[in-house]
Amino acid sequence: MPKLPAPPLPDSLKPTPGRPGTTKPRTPLEQAKEAGISAVDWVDERTSLSGGLRWTMFRKVPKGTNWFYTLGSASMFAFLSQAVTGVFLAMYYRPDAAGGAYESVRYLTNEVFLGEFVRGMHRWGSTVMVILVFLHMARTFFFGAYKYPRELNWIIGVVLLILTMTMSFTGYLLPFDQRSYWATIVGVNINGTGPIVGPFLSDFLRGGAEFGATTLSRFYAIHMLLVPGLLAAMMGFHLYLVAKLGTTAPPWLKAEVDDELRTERV
Amino acid sequence: MATARKTPKSKYTADRKIPGAFEGETVTRRRFMVGTVNVAGAVAVMGFTLPVLGFAMGTPLFERPEPIWTPVGAPDEFPTDTYVPRVITVVQGVGEIGKTTTYVRARNDDPEIDPPDSFPDDVPFVAVSTRCMHLGCPVRFVDAAKRFICPCHGGVYDFAGVPTGGPPVRPLDRFYTRIRNNQLEVGPRYSVNGELNRFPSYRDPGQDLDGIGQYLYPGRFSTPQR
Repeated sequence: MPKLPAPPLPDSLKPTPGRPGTTKPRTPLEQAKEAGISAVDWVDERTSLSGGLRWTMFRKVPKGTNWFYTLGSASMFAFLSQAVTGVFLAMYYRPDAAGGAYESVRYLTNEVFLGEFVRGMHRWGSTVMVILVFLHMARTFFFGAYKYPRELNWIIGVVLLILTMTMSFTGYLLPFDQRSYWATIVGVNINGTGPIVGPFLSDFLRGGAEFGATTLSRFYAIHMLLVPGLLAAMMGFHLYLVAKLGTTAPPWLKAEVDDELRTERV
Repeated sequence: MATARKTPKSKYTADRKIPGAFEGETVTRRRFMVGTVNVAGAVAVMGFTLPVLGFAMGTPLFERPEPIWTPVGAPDEFPTDTYVPRVITVVQGVGEIGKTTTYVRARNDDPEIDPPDSFPDDVPFVAVSTRCMHLGCPVRFVDAAKRFICPCHGGVYDFAGVPTGGPPVRPLDRFYTRIRNNQLEVGPRYSVNGELNRFPSYRDPGQDLDGIGQYLYPGRFSTPQR
């Protein structure tokens, strides 16, 4: 089998030949460029990361690729925004069921500088992320991008959807107002209606038979430690498969038939 | 007919001319070491995953907290033909969210409302939980209609707490009652099915207890100590 040629580098990344007669970089700009290149080279010589990076970033995409193909990246950026704002919200939040949780959310929303804005990004960003995930799923479905050999990526995507829903469900309790409390009561009881395992699942979620002090800390731990780690790991695998298998052309593009190939075959 | 071109390898290491083989030895040392390392790794991983799983699930699934008895008033405060609301504590140490409202009345003489054998330990009082049996919203008692009504999805219960409309799947839960020092005390929760038969291991809302429901929604591993 002949080896496929390496994916081409964009022109801006190709090394530019120096002017004839010069050997060393002269201008400060050229020297700064040289320093950057040698620093990157130092890392690359010890890790060989550039090959993998080139393989991930400079892929060939099919003709007809359009804005709908950005919905997956948009979901990922929504997740990154949630992760960053969430980390900083955790600096003020206190998972205390006896009143401290509500008070800490009230404080960070009303008193902390930019608190309402950062909390708003997290609160509205969660809705944006769910919407983007569903649009991404619809794009994949209607473009037929779930078909062979991409079925496994569809399954991982479904797992990611469920994890996103888990994030929404567990995050809803954290402000600990009346809406959070009753929504969580109803949500846990919906889980409890599953036959056989339902009662044990709802006891596990609540941390006991009644909604109590551990319910909030349990939801907080699931929301900020357990599920984000799983989400990030699954997203890494999802992206690996995208890079590995490539993207599909939109369904309205017909495959181009090479006339020469046809004459040879006939 | 095809015959095996190669004679199959002997299962004894000694026959395969492996240096230092023991008499009757069948597992090579390389295989033995690989297996040992894999088993050791599995044991090490289980050494921290099993304890944390037990930690996360053991107490919620297997332990029941001590029952809490809350005095709600003298026995003669409670009529037989309507309910009196009282606030009791079901979870301690979590402030307001550990409290719930219960509607209390004395036993009604009408066997349609209170079947004769529906009173645990023959304490003639009924303390009805306000937790809706659809998904757990708080119901309220409307005296004019003599009905319990849920604000969320329109569940309606009659005077005894048996559902007469909407999505609830079983009658409202009740609480055990007892009389101490001339005070009526309200204690742990229990569930009832459509015939008002008592299930000491109470179920969550949405879990049917009639017919196949009582098997689809098993009780907890331990019931409250009375």
